[in-house]
Amino acid sequence: MKDLSAMPWGLWARQVGSVARLEVKKSFLSKRALWIYLLALLPVILTAGHSIVESYRSRPGCSIPEDTMIFAGIFQFFYLRLGIYFGCVGIFTNLFRAEILERTMHYYFLAPLRREVLLVGKYVSGMIAAVVLFTISVAASYLTIAAHFGAEWRSFVLQGAGLNQFVWYLVVTVLACVGYGAVFLIAGLIFKNPMIPAALFMVWEGINGFLPAFLQKLSVTFYLKSLSPVQVPVEGPLALLVQNAEPTPAWLAIPGLLMVSVAILFLAARRVQRLEVSYTE
Amino acid sequence: MTPSGDLIVFDNVSRFYGDVLGVNNVSLSIPPGITSLVGPNGAGKTTLMNLMTGLIQPTQGKISVLGIAPDDPENLFRVVGYCTQFDNFPRGMTGYQFIYSFLRVQGYTEQEADRRTWESIGRVNLKEAAARKVAGYSKGMRQRIKLAQALSHNPRVLILDEPLNGLDPMARAETIALFEALGAQGVHVIVSSHILHEVDRISDQVILLSQGYVVAEGQIQGVRSEVQDHPIQVMIRCSNPGALAARLFEEPHMVEARVHDDRHGLMVRTRDADSLYLLLNRLAADAGFDFESIAPADEDVHSIYQYLIGAEGAAA
Repeated sequence: MKDLSAMPWGLWARQVGSVARLEVKKSFLSKRALWIYLLALLPVILTAGHSIVESYRSRPGCSIPEDTMIFAGIFQFFYLRLGIYFGCVGIFTNLFRAEILERTMHYYFLAPLRREVLLVGKYVSGMIAAVVLFTISVAASYLTIAAHFGAEWRSFVLQGAGLNQFVWYLVVTVLACVGYGAVFLIAGLIFKNPMIPAALFMVWEGINGFLPAFLQKLSVTFYLKSLSPVQVPVEGPLALLVQNAEPTPAWLAIPGLLMVSVAILFLAARRVQRLEVSYTE
Repeated sequence: MTPSGDLIVFDNVSRFYGDVLGVNNVSLSIPPGITSLVGPNGAGKTTLMNLMTGLIQPTQGKISVLGIAPDDPENLFRVVGYCTQFDNFPRGMTGYQFIYSFLRVQGYTEQEADRRTWESIGRVNLKEAAARKVAGYSKGMRQRIKLAQALSHNPRVLILDEPLNGLDPMARAETIALFEALGAQGVHVIVSSHILHEVDRISDQVILLSQGYVVAEGQIQGVRSEVQDHPIQVMIRCSNPGALAARLFEEPHMVEARVHDDRHGLMVRTRDADSLYLLLNRLAADAGFDFESIAPADEDVHSIYQYLIGAEGAAA
């Protein structure tokens, strides 16, 4: 049994920080990431547009509860299943794949750096990029969707049920990045074309509600659906897309998602340890 | 320290790429100093370098670099620097950022990374270009910045895959001088190159590779003696080469004798150099031959390389 206290945790933390800094620059400043910015911006344009249009109407076309319901639909159908999903595909599959294609992976592999530490550093960088981008997007679109109600909306957000909803939407956004990030990080290590695992996993996530209870737990949206603060009023088979037949409490859903993500990252670390650099692909 | 603590050891190492042979049954012990890997394209030079740095794993056999296994990068790259053939760089970086960033990744503090970055950039004379993007560098400058990066943590083992490619004559001379200085300090400098006369000049030992096999290894003269059937060429400068050629052909070990165009010299090939030298001594003393100079003409890597691998390999 190794003595954990004797391990160079300080050095590893510094190395994770350095890798993350280096990678964040690439994630944020790359032109290739432009479509991810647009993906994050789209719902903000939608909700802000809605609010502007509503503010010019003499009579409000909807109420605050209706607007929060609309946002719940945007969050479930756009953010979780498209925006954050494909944003994480773009960010996390490229953490290793892009370096292999650009033939620069060897610079990391030739540094005195454990490959597990490299993996963690890259994952952290992806998390920083995805979390910053999508929490800002979710926060902005939530805060603007009913901004035309003025003081009433501000009071709802600051003192009413809105604050709880707002915080939980941000928590679910972060957890979505954690889960999808882990899945697409390992996908980028295994598949040459990231769209193949993205499509396969999307199908898996889509049919997940119809699968046996055990298999449902091997999913990211299973945990996220249970944590969403506002349930979308959808009936029939489509309801399984946005809510679980047996909702999982938060105290179980959050550790459950984290455990699934850690297990995937563990497998990714094993994969990175065996990764060879020959650039023959 | 283990017995192999100062050596790079390959123990019966093979590496296949699917059905394609990379290297086969390689057993080597590489001591400090400058070691050259010589062979034509596809001989296995880069495969050997990638194996000793863990970029690829052996199909069979064991490798140890100063007692450290290549699958332990955390310890290995504290003592090893590898300048690969890959001519790609992380996008958007200046020369300074390229070296500094990876020193930070190694765990150096900002101050120490900055100091080491400038030191290594100075060693390859790129200080003036340090603030420019690497993407705008010439081939030779890119080669030098890669070398600076491999040197930046003062490794005990420096592995260089075709390091002289793209360098102008001045930079080439400076780089060779740097290798020689490092070799003299006891650093393992392992170089692969097609530029044989340069490799020949700087090497303490050579490893000749062909089609994935080590065909000869050791000091240049030692490698030379391994090749028992290889006729030795000796250049003789004298006043009457025609008569000397006629006399030499009486000896059974003689293979060839060619008179120089200027009629003042003779190039001979023999299978027994010792007998040739004794005979020349006798001819000088007893038969009145007047020798201006007698010198081996082929105790260099190039001639052995040509002999072992053939003209096709030598031309590569």
